[in-house]
Amino acid sequence: MAPVLAGPPVPETDWAIKVQDLVLTYRTTVEKRPTFKKSLLRLGRNERTIRTIEAVRNVSFEVPHGTVLGIIGVNGAGKSTLLRTIAGILPPTSGRIEVHGRVSTLLALGVGFKGDMTGHENVVLGGLAAGLTREELADKYQEISDFAELGDFMDLPMRTYSSGMYGRLAFAVAVSMEPDILLIDEALSVGDARFKEKSFDRMRALCDGASTILLVSHGMKAIRKLAEEVIWMHKGEIAMRGEAEEVIEAYTRFLDLREQDVVDEDV
Amino acid sequence: MTAIADPHRTSEFSSEHHVYEPHKVGLPPLKSYLRQLWRRRQFAFELARSDLRSKHFNTALGQLWLILNPLLLGLVYFALVQIVGRRGGTVVGLAYLLLSLFTFRLVSTSISQGARSVVGGGRLILNTAFPRTLLPLSSVLTCFFLFLPTLFVYAIVHVMADLPVTPYVLWGIPIIAMMLAFAAGIAMFVAAIQVYFRDLTSFLRYMIRIWLYTSPILWVPAQVPEKYHSLLYLNPLYPPLTALSDAVNLGRMPSPLLLGLTFAWAVGAVVIGGLFFISRERDFAVRL
Repeated sequence: MAPVLAGPPVPETDWAIKVQDLVLTYRTTVEKRPTFKKSLLRLGRNERTIRTIEAVRNVSFEVPHGTVLGIIGVNGAGKSTLLRTIAGILPPTSGRIEVHGRVSTLLALGVGFKGDMTGHENVVLGGLAAGLTREELADKYQEISDFAELGDFMDLPMRTYSSGMYGRLAFAVAVSMEPDILLIDEALSVGDARFKEKSFDRMRALCDGASTILLVSHGMKAIRKLAEEVIWMHKGEIAMRGEAEEVIEAYTRFLDLREQDVVDEDV
Repeated sequence: MTAIADPHRTSEFSSEHHVYEPHKVGLPPLKSYLRQLWRRRQFAFELARSDLRSKHFNTALGQLWLILNPLLLGLVYFALVQIVGRRGGTVVGLAYLLLSLFTFRLVSTSISQGARSVVGGGRLILNTAFPRTLLPLSSVLTCFFLFLPTLFVYAIVHVMADLPVTPYVLWGIPIIAMMLAFAAGIAMFVAAIQVYFRDLTSFLRYMIRIWLYTSPILWVPAQVPEKYHSLLYLNPLYPPLTALSDAVNLGRMPSPLLLGLTFAWAVGAVVIGGLFFISRERDFAVRL
């Protein structure tokens, strides 16, 4: 599919996202719940639990307006980290990212952050945090709730939702923000077959309207169906970039090889 | 679409053009940070409101509880003071106690709620880029909303105690505003620390308890021997609570020294707490 450059009047550059020499390392503790008590105990034993993780190393690429770029790779390859950096959530350690256009994200955890608040409240809060005004949200709310098909559940606390409903609402919010750039992380597995079909159609419509989409997925079928170009990430670096078919084939071959070869370097 | 592309605006959170680079000395450009913060002030209001709603404070009984809870607490402490037997059991005494207790609680609940705000905002932090200071600030706002009905309780006791009403009572507004700013600064500070040490809230509970006893709430400064008076000034809440009592309880002009100190603590807390929080906030997404 050729990129269609109609729609929102953004381009004074021909790319929507430009990533230059991006490096992201983070220091993190091994413990899930760090406490002062434990760090005192550790100090006594003289041990350290801080680990440095090189999640993204020297990655550079550009994404032209209106393209759908798939990102594939094994778990821990740095795909989600890359997406979060482009969304401005994680700080780059070095390098530079430039993003042109309104960004909407659909990341691993989706919409909502307080289970005891209703779907409606969570949509409003998420939208306000993303920088929308109340008026914009009031306009979009109906569209969101129609698309998610949650009916009366919109006014119930989100802890009463099934995971499918959760995902549907998250998807509805992400696509209704009329983004120029949509960042999606593993979200196409939400909902039933019919909703999946509907979300595919919606994403197609978005890219026909010149939106740029970055799609992280393990579902090769979805990637093949939507993405024109694919980046294969491995250990924080770009292993390959090219046409979807080509990269997916190489990646699948790599996965097969790994399965056969037990003494894999990745283990 | 209502948003208009503005290619000249480059900032971290603006919706149209973003540049992300490593921060120099850990701080983002403060001017644009504050602008974005201001743009999203509605979020802090909405979060506070939803928070109250989810605690059922929109129901009739919930609102009754808002009045009853601080009043009962005040009466318990009042009874305690009677038993210890240092202050006369008059309505005037109750008025003194309630005013300082309610404002102290405004500060202490802001701090303890604020401490949990970032850790409790996990999903939103992982999924959306926005100035994180909105989270502790929203907690402070929640506590302020909860504080407002207690003013009503105080007003009734004030009238019952036949305390004077003079124009100096209006000094209460800037004093409470400065206490709120102080609370916000400390809330931001502890909210950031809480990310690294999740057991902070357990320590905090005891520290707040000690703070309550060392503040002029259950006792009046006149009961403190002269030679220890200078020690009182070590408590950041001593100046505002005393100034507030002068202005509102007694209806007289609070001393400039007390007002100055209150102002200094407020500014200091906001600057130090705020800068500390902002310098750490990009780290939160990987720590949660």
